[in-house]
Amino acid sequence: MDEQRSHIISALVLHRPGVLQRVAGLFTRRGFNIDSITVGPSEQDEMARMTIISQGDDKILEQIIKQLNKIIEVIKVRDLDAEGTVIRELCLIKTHATSERSRSEIIQYANIFRGRIVDAGPENLTLEITGTPEKIDALIDLLRGFGIKEISRTGPTAISRGSKTI
Amino acid sequence: MKGSQAIIKSLTDEGVDVVFGYPGGVLLPLYDVIYDSDLKHILVRHEQCAAHAADGYARASGKVGVCIGTSGPGATNLVTGIATAYMDSAPIVALAGQVGTSLIGNDAFQEVDTIGITMPISKHSYQAMESSEIPQMIRSSFYIARTGRPGPVVVDLPKDVQEGELDYPENITIDLPGYKPTKKGHPLQVKKAAELILKSIKPVILAGGGVIHSDSSEELQHLSEMIGAPVTTSLMGKGCFPEDHSLSLGMLGMHGRKASNMMVDECDCLIAVGCRFSDRTTGDVNKFAPNAKIIHIDVDPAEIGKNVAVNVPIVGDAKIILSHLLRIISQTKGINNHDWTDYVRTFRASCMPRLSFDDTPLKPQQVIKEISEAVTDDTIVTTDVGQNQMWMAHYFTSRNPRKFLSSGGLGTMGFGFPAAMGAKVAMPDNDVVAVCGDGGFLMVCQDLATVKEYDIPVVVCVLDNRYLGMVAQWQKLFYDERISQTKLNAMPDFVKLAEAFGVNAYRVERPGEMKETLQEALNSGEPTLIDVMIDPDEILPMVPPGCGLTEIVGEYKVERENPDEIPYRPSAQETGGD
Repeated sequence: MDEQRSHIISALVLHRPGVLQRVAGLFTRRGFNIDSITVGPSEQDEMARMTIISQGDDKILEQIIKQLNKIIEVIKVRDLDAEGTVIRELCLIKTHATSERSRSEIIQYANIFRGRIVDAGPENLTLEITGTPEKIDALIDLLRGFGIKEISRTGPTAISRGSKTI
Repeated sequence: MKGSQAIIKSLTDEGVDVVFGYPGGVLLPLYDVIYDSDLKHILVRHEQCAAHAADGYARASGKVGVCIGTSGPGATNLVTGIATAYMDSAPIVALAGQVGTSLIGNDAFQEVDTIGITMPISKHSYQAMESSEIPQMIRSSFYIARTGRPGPVVVDLPKDVQEGELDYPENITIDLPGYKPTKKGHPLQVKKAAELILKSIKPVILAGGGVIHSDSSEELQHLSEMIGAPVTTSLMGKGCFPEDHSLSLGMLGMHGRKASNMMVDECDCLIAVGCRFSDRTTGDVNKFAPNAKIIHIDVDPAEIGKNVAVNVPIVGDAKIILSHLLRIISQTKGINNHDWTDYVRTFRASCMPRLSFDDTPLKPQQVIKEISEAVTDDTIVTTDVGQNQMWMAHYFTSRNPRKFLSSGGLGTMGFGFPAAMGAKVAMPDNDVVAVCGDGGFLMVCQDLATVKEYDIPVVVCVLDNRYLGMVAQWQKLFYDERISQTKLNAMPDFVKLAEAFGVNAYRVERPGEMKETLQEALNSGEPTLIDVMIDPDEILPMVPPGCGLTEIVGEYKVERENPDEIPYRPSAQETGGD
């Protein structure tokens, strides 16, 4: 299987300094592609969960998982299949919004995408949106016409559907 | 007690009897404890030699070797040795001093990010931020270094952490939830492997360094004899199977024995044990063992399928898995492949490399033949890197595990001599001989002072051809003989150099002298250097990079000028036409 695919890798790691460096360094060193990496505390004390999105064929995926498992501070690693997984990303978008008309249009778009306006100034609006990366891309495309001043995205995080855990 | 005392207590509790180190500013607290400790400290003359010596100590004895370097340049000088140990899976613990915790990140004097630098070249690393962390960190470091696939562990020790007070715990528990090496192979996979072996007609065993680490030479030999499978080894596996055994093929690979390369090409079942299929071993992976189903036994799951696709992977400790395989196979009729083993033996005899040469300047083959004659089965030989290493790997007959030490993965020039020093300290009753090139030895020659001071009676044989021979060989073969920066025009008189350190030295120039001089040196019980003037034009036949293992270039000089006709060629029917 040489097909390049996007993989969602979820890893439970010890919440210690340097773990992110070990994981990120591994990807660079081994020539693995890394699209995004998110990390935060998990349900267990002293453990953090990382969600890594990476491109590669099956052989590369297998190596990534095995190499991740070799890191002493990595407790568990799983490749999540896209269909059985809830994927969400948070994005903050600051747009130009000077005229009444553009302001109301932006607010409408935010509503359609179930986003919220979290900050407003005389010349700008800031939106918050969560969703799949594709949904966020779609909103960003719509807002480009108004003039986007700044975008800050978290990168996707993920969790498997149903009761199974990693 | 103080952190520095806890470090020494932890080392002693781990059974460490000797450390190789070099002090420095931030290590003053630690060295103040070493001053009146029973722990033997060997003061090397360059930190790189401390790491290589700890490595040689570990490879020769199977115990964890310990080296110490100060912060900044001390730590960076350890780096090459740590990387060498990492590539060859040698268990060492490297203790590095660090600036005080309040200074970390300030670009303080002699500060370097040791953890960051060593992350890609160590199995694990720790930075102690509290004195109380020391006992558990050091205990865990030794545990990680020696278990699973062994490797180097780095412990970074800031000065104030060495000075701080702690209560040394009575019981130290190792808490590593993310580290559980698999030992026992999956029984179903072992069964599958046994079935594949029993179905095979032309099995070959490829043994790597893992056989030595797991202490499974005996099991390997049983398996080989039980199924009539000839054994080839990687460089790291050299010595795990007696090379004068009728089923031994010698080393495989770019600089391997012809018999090994040809038999791996021909085999229908390759049983790879504790090896990682490095590019130097396989040649072009697409042409590697083209007719074989491959069984791969390795303790590191990440090695499975990394370089070569395998049919039956088994993750676990080679000793346990081989014993299990032996149990299964011994309960069957076994396999009848006398034709294959006869064929292999005849083929092997037809291409035994020629060792005897009367020429002056000396041919390296003759030198190595004489070294072989001068040493015993208990002698530990180390090599440096380059032609000296490959000549030794190719021509030297190794019979026992942990007796042939060489930097395989990283290919570190300057490894041979300090590794020999470490090996001799670990195994004082064994003779230790380092076979180096003139280039590599010059990189570490300052440690002649160390062997003199501590009376470590290693014998260093410098194969002296005034070339960086291996690179020059490639230039001769692949770069139109354009000898770029590989001729060593100004070199010291090595005999005088050794004598300047107070080390005995001899020069060998003619056939017959090597054996005599080496025996004399070994009998003297003193550190000795032997400067061996060899023919600068001799090259070793090789498989060019990117080629299959059978595409050997250069004249392969064989012991017999007219090899007997090879009597057996398996027919398509016998091979099952698969």
